[in-house]
Amino acid sequence: MKQEVLREVQRVVLNLDVNGERAELLLPVHKTLLEVLREDMQLTGTKHGCELGECGTCTVLVDGRPELSCLLLPIQLEGRAITTVEGLASGSELHPLQQAFAETGAAQCGYCTPGILLAAKSLLESNARPSRDEIREALAGNLCRCTGYAKILDAIELAAGRMA
Amino acid sequence: MTTTREFGVVGKPLARVDAVTKVTGRAIYADDMLLPRTLHCRILRSPHPHARILSIDTSAARRIPGVQAVITGADLPIKFGILPVTQDERALEHEKVRYVGDPIAAVAAIEEEIAAAAIDAISVEYEVLDPVMSIEDALAAPRDERIQDYGGPNNIHKLVALEFGDVDAGFERADHIREDVFFFQGNTHLPMEQHSAIATYVDGRITLWSSTQVVHYVHRALAKVLELPMNRIRVIGAAHGGGFGGKTDPFAHEIIVCKLAMMTGRPVKCTLTREEVFYAHRGRHPVLMWVRTGATRDGQITAMHFRTALDGGAYGSYGVASTFYTGALQTVTYDIPAYRFEGCRVFTNKPPCGPKRGHGTPQPRFALELNLEKISHELGIDPVDLKQRNFVKPMTRTVNWLRVTSCGLDECTERVMTASNYRRRERRPGHGMGFAISSYLSGAGTAIYWNDMPHSEVQIKVDRGGVTAYCGAMDIGQGSDSVLAMIVAEELGLQPADVRLVTADTDTTPIDLGSYSSRVTFMAGNAAIEAARKMRGMVVEAAAAKMGCDTSAVEVRGGRIGDFTFEEASVLAEARFGTLTSAGSYTPPKLAGPYKGSGVGPSPAYSYSACVVDLDADARTGLVHVNKIWIAHDVGRAINPLLVEGQVEGSVYMGLGEALMEEQAFRKGLHKWPSMLEYKSPTFVDMPEVETFIVETDDPEGPYGAKEAGQGPLLPVPPAVCSAVYDALGVWIDEVPVTPEKIVEALRRKEKGEPGRFGPTRFPAIPYPPTIKVEPPPRDLPSAAPAAI
Ligand code: FES
Ligand code: FES
Repeated sequence: MKQEVLREVQRVVLNLDVNGERAELLLPVHKTLLEVLREDMQLTGTKHGCELGECGTCTVLVDGRPELSCLLLPIQLEGRAITTVEGLASGSELHPLQQAFAETGAAQCGYCTPGILLAAKSLLESNARPSRDEIREALAGNLCRCTGYAKILDAIELAAGRMA
Repeated sequence: MTTTREFGVVGKPLARVDAVTKVTGRAIYADDMLLPRTLHCRILRSPHPHARILSIDTSAARRIPGVQAVITGADLPIKFGILPVTQDERALEHEKVRYVGDPIAAVAAIEEEIAAAAIDAISVEYEVLDPVMSIEDALAAPRDERIQDYGGPNNIHKLVALEFGDVDAGFERADHIREDVFFFQGNTHLPMEQHSAIATYVDGRITLWSSTQVVHYVHRALAKVLELPMNRIRVIGAAHGGGFGGKTDPFAHEIIVCKLAMMTGRPVKCTLTREEVFYAHRGRHPVLMWVRTGATRDGQITAMHFRTALDGGAYGSYGVASTFYTGALQTVTYDIPAYRFEGCRVFTNKPPCGPKRGHGTPQPRFALELNLEKISHELGIDPVDLKQRNFVKPMTRTVNWLRVTSCGLDECTERVMTASNYRRRERRPGHGMGFAISSYLSGAGTAIYWNDMPHSEVQIKVDRGGVTAYCGAMDIGQGSDSVLAMIVAEELGLQPADVRLVTADTDTTPIDLGSYSSRVTFMAGNAAIEAARKMRGMVVEAAAAKMGCDTSAVEVRGGRIGDFTFEEASVLAEARFGTLTSAGSYTPPKLAGPYKGSGVGPSPAYSYSACVVDLDADARTGLVHVNKIWIAHDVGRAINPLLVEGQVEGSVYMGLGEALMEEQAFRKGLHKWPSMLEYKSPTFVDMPEVETFIVETDDPEGPYGAKEAGQGPLLPVPPAVCSAVYDALGVWIDEVPVTPEKIVEALRRKEKGEPGRFGPTRFPAIPYPPTIKVEPPPRDLPSAAPAAI
């Protein structure tokens, strides 16, 4: 059956707003935002760990809210503002969260980092000085296998302090 | 290499050298690469745990438009494997499959979906065989046929039996003898990044970028299976999304993409799905253990007899080494005067097990710590006291010939005892605290394949002030690139950012055996010191000549060489010596004892850890809530304390996951939970606060006195959790993971007047070979001659 599906791929032209840049793309309708970002837009900063909505690695922001890009279809996202890790720094100046993650050693292999940075950004926008438990709660859907989460918590607190 | 001088950068908590690359999403992992005209590869894997392949029909797959190549085992018939003694894997199996997930055929197509459809179109005819799914099953006669055609009897892979000192006499001397049986369930690495590899074939040369921990071993396997000279193959470690031991074997997909690239003349990429990663595995062996310990009335150990049975899965992998590791390091923390070890690994129809953080040693550590804990309760001695009475001393040799140099066990224990207030802990129902210690290698003292080459080499090039260091070591997130840059910077009076790094590329970097067995800081670090000191010698000599002074008068610090900037001095040196290059290497001292099997266990130095876990356990629900963990780790010297803390915290996290929830379990050959949702691992909310203490013992052979940090601190966590559960509820959970069901069941048994315990009740009869008796060495190090095999 899969072979029939292959023959009848439906394509659509979509306008996506990613990191403030508008792009017009011809895409198969079933392609996920994760795939479109990485394969069609060369925005490989967004990573994947499961492609099933289970690990949080692919987190991006849609209108400022964290969403799992492996579960989103771009067709739902026209006119929405999508932010990926590439959109965090302004020019070569790091976002305070990126700066804090770098200084505290919150990124070891760095694979979970883009998703966690974006989830943390969204948290700090709604809660400028979250408690450690509030950070834990907000990031409970983002797995990291390297850090034991400790330095990530430190980094987010450090950034929150500096941004406040 | 001990040094007393003031350090410039060593010991400073500096950000890692690739921090900005990583936080901006600009690190290029293997799956991020998409070279022009890249084809996508998918692999057909066995749906049966054990079956003979009768036929494979790929004709329908080949007819699908967009399919460029289809290969089967006939295209890659040569066997490979990480250990020379167990070359038992094929990139694609065409005769027999041995676990669900065993690779059978591969497709390269212009799109991933086409490749997936082509895989579905391949038809394979199987003769299904009876699967062997447990240790007990593997010990019995096979109902159909054996899984592998070597090893034995039945489905036994490896048997060992060693005795050091007179164990029977030791037990006779004991006032108290205790036997226990424990089980450590298997679990998996679960790196966030799925394995991925991409290959090109141009001008008769293969280039492979892969998410691997060891470019050198992949290089060797490719040369063997593809029948190409090593100089036609280049393996490059892409940015690494986590390994923990799981990317230390050469993998089928790495060989397959190379073969497909050769056939199609186009780049070919393969990224495993998360489910495939669970089946690729090579994770923690499930180990059943039996331990018998004799002690005097005052808690002095007189003898120990340790038996292990490892469920190895379908292939050898690192299994022979894993088997020896389940018996090797018991003696490195406790002074055991007489020790017998009998180990056994069996084949089962499950994904092969291999090395995971702590390789073969967390399981016996769990058993050992809890066995001693129980003895101390029976003798009426505080468990911490009993353990402390038996701690090994620095600068000694163990009964099984392992050389202990620096040892910070006492200080580590002191630190966590004081900080946690363990001795004056609060007594309330359901609250408990547990203590455990551990030790781990700073790199294996012998290589995986027999050779006399250095284990690590570093080259340095200086060109008009620009310093480049070349090393085969792979940064898998632990920060080995940063450590190399700090060491080179330290010796040349520079900052890490002044040092350019080229690492993990078999074309451009000299050998390093890779990121496993906690070896990089120690081995590549020592090689880097040697190379950097030679380079420093040249720039200092050139500067001294110009200054008209003795070389000893030239100060190297703060970016200056005597009167000159580093750049000026390097120009002087280049004028004087020609092209400025230097090299250093590290070969561990020959430490193995005079017996067969002595190659597993020796290390140039051992790290030490002590840990206290504080938890509340609910007697009604069995739920455990960990309040806090204190961990002290003897790292010798922290070259970068920030990175050391990161390794310690990450180890504690992984140990806690193994203690409480992580479990690689199977139902009828299928993984029960091959997804990140169902395979439970600790989230942000599950992790307690961890307080870390770095203990520095300045190891005589470590670079600036440094030892390992990435694995040892995992080991004490599972036994400390179990002893805390006992402290809280008075029941022993003698197997991990410690799930609520097990706690409730142990409490129920206790209520019924049965032993308040959950765990295995018996250890099977295993046909261990006759014990090889080994004379122990003189115990104090100076009089213990270096061992010869
Ligand atoms: S890739 Fe795991 S949640 Fe999207
Ligand atoms: S830093 Fe490696 S997974 Fe988080």
